[in-house]
Amino acid sequence: MSLVSVQNISKSYWRDSQEIRVLTNISFDIAEGDFLGLMGPSGSGKTTLLNLIAGIDKPTKGSITVSSTDISKLNESELAKWRARHIGFVFQFYNLMPVLTAFENVELPLLLSKLSKKERREHVEFALQIVGLGDRVHHYPKQLSGGQEQRVAIARAIVTDPTVLVADEPTGDLDKVSAEEILKLLERLNTEFKKTIIMVTHDPRAAERAHKIRHLDKGELS
Amino acid sequence: MKIPLTYTLKSLWTRKLTTTLTIGGISMVVFVFAAVLMLAYGVEKTLIETGSDENVIVIRKAAQAELQSQIDRDAANIIKTLPELAATPDGKPFAANELFVLINIFKKGSGDMGNVTVRGITSESMLLRPQIKILEGKMFTAGTSEIIVGSSIAKRFQGCTIGERLKFGGNYWTIVGVFDGNGTGFDSEIWGDVEQMLPAFGRPVFSSLTFRLKNQSDFDALKTKIESDRRLNYLEIQHEKEYYAEQSRLMAIFIRVIGTVVSIIFSFGATIGAMITMYAAVANRTVEIGTLRSLGFRRRNILAAFLIESVLIASLGAAIGLFTASFLQLFVISTVNFGTFSELAFGFTLSLAVIKYTAIFALGIGFIGGFLPAVRAARLNIVNALRAS
Ligand SMILES: Nc1ncnc2c1ncn2[C@@H]1O[C@H](COP(=O)(O)OP(=O)(O)O)[C@@H](O)[C@H]1O
Ligand SMILES: [Mg+2]
Repeated sequence: MSLVSVQNISKSYWRDSQEIRVLTNISFDIAEGDFLGLMGPSGSGKTTLLNLIAGIDKPTKGSITVSSTDISKLNESELAKWRARHIGFVFQFYNLMPVLTAFENVELPLLLSKLSKKERREHVEFALQIVGLGDRVHHYPKQLSGGQEQRVAIARAIVTDPTVLVADEPTGDLDKVSAEEILKLLERLNTEFKKTIIMVTHDPRAAERAHKIRHLDKGELS
Repeated sequence: MKIPLTYTLKSLWTRKLTTTLTIGGISMVVFVFAAVLMLAYGVEKTLIETGSDENVIVIRKAAQAELQSQIDRDAANIIKTLPELAATPDGKPFAANELFVLINIFKKGSGDMGNVTVRGITSESMLLRPQIKILEGKMFTAGTSEIIVGSSIAKRFQGCTIGERLKFGGNYWTIVGVFDGNGTGFDSEIWGDVEQMLPAFGRPVFSSLTFRLKNQSDFDALKTKIESDRRLNYLEIQHEKEYYAEQSRLMAIFIRVIGTVVSIIFSFGATIGAMITMYAAVANRTVEIGTLRSLGFRRRNILAAFLIESVLIASLGAAIGLFTASFLQLFVISTVNFGTFSELAFGFTLSLAVIKYTAIFALGIGFIGGFLPAVRAARLNIVNALRAS
């Protein structure tokens, strides 16, 4: 059975009572342990689709099931709880809290769990080690390079051991070398730690790392 | 509260300038508010401490204070012989019939005239008020035109030092001593022999009679007794403490009302300042809010974080404002007490109640100023907030 099942979803935004159709009747499945690349030109709806799967936006039509939970039926606060448990986010611009250290940033999602302070510290240190930043624990984002910031963000995304890792153009703001390192890291998370990953990108070299590639164009999947 | 306090504190620290300015604005308003409460409390404390728990004062029923009161010698003598009264060590009634008049003296510095209380006393007056100490010089000699002045009078009025003579009531009076009333209203009075003062002012009657009871529990019975005695029923007895508390009421209420109105007007400014600061904080951190929400933090966590941030700013403002205001305790103010029409010296006085009301006032500013911005932060749409980058 598939881990993520997207069924006939459509998404529209309204601007001044005018409908903007972003996604039209999209269906696909993602199996556990998959590494899916989502490609397409700018404005084709990639981020929108990712946001729907990650439960921060709601489809206009259709349903999305993640490990047998229909998330389109959850209310706002159930969704928040569900995200904390099942989703790890990686953003193009890292989205770290600038006032918090690497450690504190990675610890954030664990503050929503029932873990003790000691357990949290162990989890955070382990996650930072996996991404290769065991020696940058108390650095602030502005004391890190872009690649390092993105690795902190990845540590924050995996520290709760989420069901799905969603990455929206994770290399979009990085130089070639750093981008390569981030892609290697994602690949390793997929092979070594069996993380299911959905990665949006419009960089063909990034997409090569994915096992499967789907293309979005004008809101339709091919 | 799930969002860590470190995040709030460090965020405040990041915008040092705005945070400092906002805290500064709130602290100034808090300062004014605290100063007013301290002043009102200072008046109350000075007058309440003037009265003693053990003493009972008799004035004319229709009079609000000693100034308008008259007790004739016969009535005073009848009360003095009542069995309920305590006796002094040398066997006399523990009671003092006193005269209370206002005179005008030039103030130092401004050169304005001020109303000063002159109190004609008896030797029992000093026994009734053991807190009075002669600071300099000596006690006046009974039967002479010697007088002693309260420490605050010596400090604030012209010609009120030892050796000088004051002219009032058609006589010259020689100052032979300065007394300390331990921060009470007596510090703002001039004392001399009542039997010298009555004829000088051409007054046939006393103003008040203050005495001590053998048993405090006799008060109610004595009150009834006096009220039902045809010779005495124009008089009223009161605990001295309550009498002086009453003298402070008008003044304290006046200060509080004026002060609160002014503070409330200022507080609009401070609240709007806090609101602008917090709206800016929300706008600058839109992406952070979106990110926190995407990680699973709830709307109410965001609401709490921003409210706490605002209340924290206000608390710091309160702390600074109160700390600064506490130095006002070093100053003494002398002004006319509306209750008695006489000059009264009193200080800004800090109390737990003052701290409590000031804290509530400041937290109110923080809470009201932070509420709408916090609601906006909590209501942000996650996707739009994340797109703000
Ligand atoms: N909140 C929104 N309101 C209105 N239009 C939106 C909103 N979010 C996205 N869109 C529109 O939807 C389309 C797809 O956006 P997006 O999913 O960000 O594309 P991509 O990530 O592929 O570049 C764009 O035309 C964008 O302008
Ligand atoms: Mg996008």
